Amino acid sequence: MSTPLLQARDLHVEFSSRGRRARAVDGVNLAVGEGEIVALVGESGCGKTTLARTLLGLERPTSGTVLYGGQPLTYTSKALKAYRREAQLVLQDPTGSLNPRHTVYEAVAEGPRIHGMANEEQVVAEALSRAGLRPPERFFLRYPHELSGGQRQRVVIAGALALNPRMLVADEPVASLDASVRGEILALLLKLREELGLSALVVTHDLGLAWNIADRVAVMYLGRIVESGPVEEVLKEPKHPYTQALLSVLPESPERVVLSGEPPDPTRIPGGCRFHARCQVLASGAAALAGVDSRCRSELLEVLPAVPEAQAACYYADTMAADEAVVR
Amino acid sequence: MATPLETEPAAVQTAAGPGEDRPAYRGTLRYALTKLGGALLSIGMVIVATFFLFRLIPGDPVIAYTRDVPLSPDQIELLRRQMGLDKPLMQQFADFVLRTLQFDLGTSYEYKRPVTDLIGERVGPTLLLTGVGLFIAVSLGLWQGTRAAWHHGGRLDRFSTGVSLVLWSVPTFWLGLLLLMVLGAGIGPIPGLFPTRGMESVDAPDGFGYVLDVAHHMVLPCLTLVAVVYAQYLLVMRSSLLDEIGQDYVTTARAKGLRDDMVRRRHAIPNALLPTVTLVFIHIGFVVGGAVSVETVYSWPGLGLLFYEAIKGPDFAVMQGTFMVVCVAVIIMNTLADVAYHVLDPRVRSA
Repeated sequence: MSTPLLQARDLHVEFSSRGRRARAVDGVNLAVGEGEIVALVGESGCGKTTLARTLLGLERPTSGTVLYGGQPLTYTSKALKAYRREAQLVLQDPTGSLNPRHTVYEAVAEGPRIHGMANEEQVVAEALSRAGLRPPERFFLRYPHELSGGQRQRVVIAGALALNPRMLVADEPVASLDASVRGEILALLLKLREELGLSALVVTHDLGLAWNIADRVAVMYLGRIVESGPVEEVLKEPKHPYTQALLSVLPESPERVVLSGEPPDPTRIPGGCRFHARCQVLASGAAALAGVDSRCRSELLEVLPAVPEAQAACYYADTMAADEAVVR
Repeated sequence: MATPLETEPAAVQTAAGPGEDRPAYRGTLRYALTKLGGALLSIGMVIVATFFLFRLIPGDPVIAYTRDVPLSPDQIELLRRQMGLDKPLMQQFADFVLRTLQFDLGTSYEYKRPVTDLIGERVGPTLLLTGVGLFIAVSLGLWQGTRAAWHHGGRLDRFSTGVSLVLWSVPTFWLGLLLLMVLGAGIGPIPGLFPTRGMESVDAPDGFGYVLDVAHHMVLPCLTLVAVVYAQYLLVMRSSLLDEIGQDYVTTARAKGLRDDMVRRRHAIPNALLPTVTLVFIHIGFVVGGAVSVETVYSWPGLGLLFYEAIKGPDFAVMQGTFMVVCVAVIIMNTLADVAYHVLDPRVRSA
C-alpha cells in the first residue's frame, strides 16, 4: 500500500476531569487509504469520537502525530483551514449539525464561502444533487425543521461535499435515523466513494453498519485499538475476546457473551491487558490453560501498528495463532 | 450506470410539503393578526377588571374627592349625581367603558385635572429615564454575558456573574438611597456630586445647557436602574450562549474552516440572542409604567411617581388610569415580542 491518506501515529489525547487525567485516546495507530472506508467500532465512551475529532484537527493530541498525505498536521490557523478543505466532518445528529436559522442554501454554501470558491450557486446545487437532494433548487430556501431526518443528514453531507474533500470523517452518521433512511444514507456514502473516490472513516457502535459499508474495521476499547483488519476477517473470525463479545450479542449469534465488570473509565485504565478485568476468556480459565494469564494481568501490550492485515492485541490470541502454526 | 446523477431514483429526495409555494410573509401577517385579536381581547378584559377592581376597594370616591372640605349632605348628593355615582352599577359600567374608549380616564381628585393630561405629562420623563436605563442595561448585560460565556469558568466569568447577582439581589430602593446618600448628598469628605431630586434645576439654562442639566439629574436614577436590571440580561445571554456553543452546528462550522471568532459572531451569538428578545420586549412594557421605586427615591416626575402619589392619596382616578396604561403597554409589548420571535425564528414560524 502506498502512503495512506490519513494516518494516526502513536496518538495520545488526554483530558483532565475533576483533577484526574482521562486518557481518552491512549496510543493509537490507524491508517485510512485513498478511496478506503474504515469503520471504527467500540462502545460509547471508548474514545472513538475523540479520536475522530483529533484526526480532523478539532482537538490537539497530547502526543503523537496526525499525518495527512504523509505530512504531519500543523496547527496554525492557516494550515488548518487548508486541511479543512480536504477532510470534512459529518456528525451523528443532523438536527443539531444544522444551524436552525440558516436555510439549506446557506448551510451548504458556508464552506465554499469560507474558502472563497467561485460559482457558489453551482457548487451548492451540485453538492445537493450529489447528496441525493434533487432538484436542488427546490431545497435552497427551506429550513432544516421543514425537512425529514434523512433529508437533513443529506444536507449535512452536501455541506461537507461542497468543499470537494478527499476524506470524510463520519461520527455515527446514521445512529439517529430510521432504519429505512439508514440504508439510503449508507448507499449514498458507498456511491460517493465509487464516484468521487472519497475515503471515509466511519465511527460507529453498530457492527452491522461496519459490515455493510467498510473495507477495514478497527475495534477500539478504552482508548486503544484492540483488533483491526479487513472487515470479513475481523467480523467472521474475531480473535480478540472483546470483539467476540461484541459480535455475540448480534441476534444471529448462537451464544451470548455478557461482559462482567464495570464499564470502562478512561481515568483508571487497568494495568496489563486493559480488557483483562472483563475478559471472558480469562474468567473461564482458558487463558490460564494456555499459560498466559499472568501476562494478561500484569504485562503491558504493544500498541498495534497501522497495517492492513488482521491483528489483535491479545496474549491468548497470539498463543492460539502460534499453536495453529505449529500444528500445520 | 449511465450518468452518475441518474442512479438510484428511489433515493432521490424531493421537496414536498403543504403550502410549498405560500409566501412566508402571509403566514406572518396572519399570525400577527391573530395575536392582535388576542391582545384586543386582553385589553377589553383589563378595562372590565379595572372597573370592578376599583369599585371593590373600600372608600367612598366622593369623600376621597372632597376630603378635608366640610360639605352639607345636599352638596354631597349633588356631587354624587355629577360623578354619576347615583346610577345603577351596570349603567356606570357602560358609561365607564364608553369614556375609556374615548380616552377619557376621569378627573384626578388631587389635581382636579383630567387623568389623561397628567399621564401625558409624565410619560415623557419616564420614557427618557427608563428608555436610556434599559438601553444601557441591555447593552451592558449582553456584552458581559457574551464575554462570561466565552471565558466560561474563568475569573472574568465568576467575577462578572457574581457582581451582577449581588446587584440583582439588592432591593432597588435601598441601593437608590445608598447612592443618593453617597453620591447625591455627599458623605464625609465626598462632596455631593449629583442632584438628589427631580429632573431639572430650578434655574436650568436653555438649549444645550438644559440637556446637560437633565443628563446630570439622570445619572443616579439611571445608574440604579441599570444596576438592578442588567443582571437578567447577563445571565440569560450567558446560559443561552453556553447552550449554543455546545451545539453540533458550531462544531460543524469549525470543521468547515470558520475562524473561532467568526463562529461566535455568525452562529452562536445570533441564536443565543433569541431568548433575550422576549426579555427586552417584556421589560419595555414595564418601562412605560416607570420604575416605581427608582422614580420615588429620586422624585423623578414620571408615571411611577404619579402612581406612588396616587396610592398615597388615595387618588382613585389616577390609580385607575395609570393601572390601565401600564397594563395596555405590557400587553402591546408582549404581542410585539410574539411577532418578533415569529419573524426571527423559522422553527416557531412553522409551528
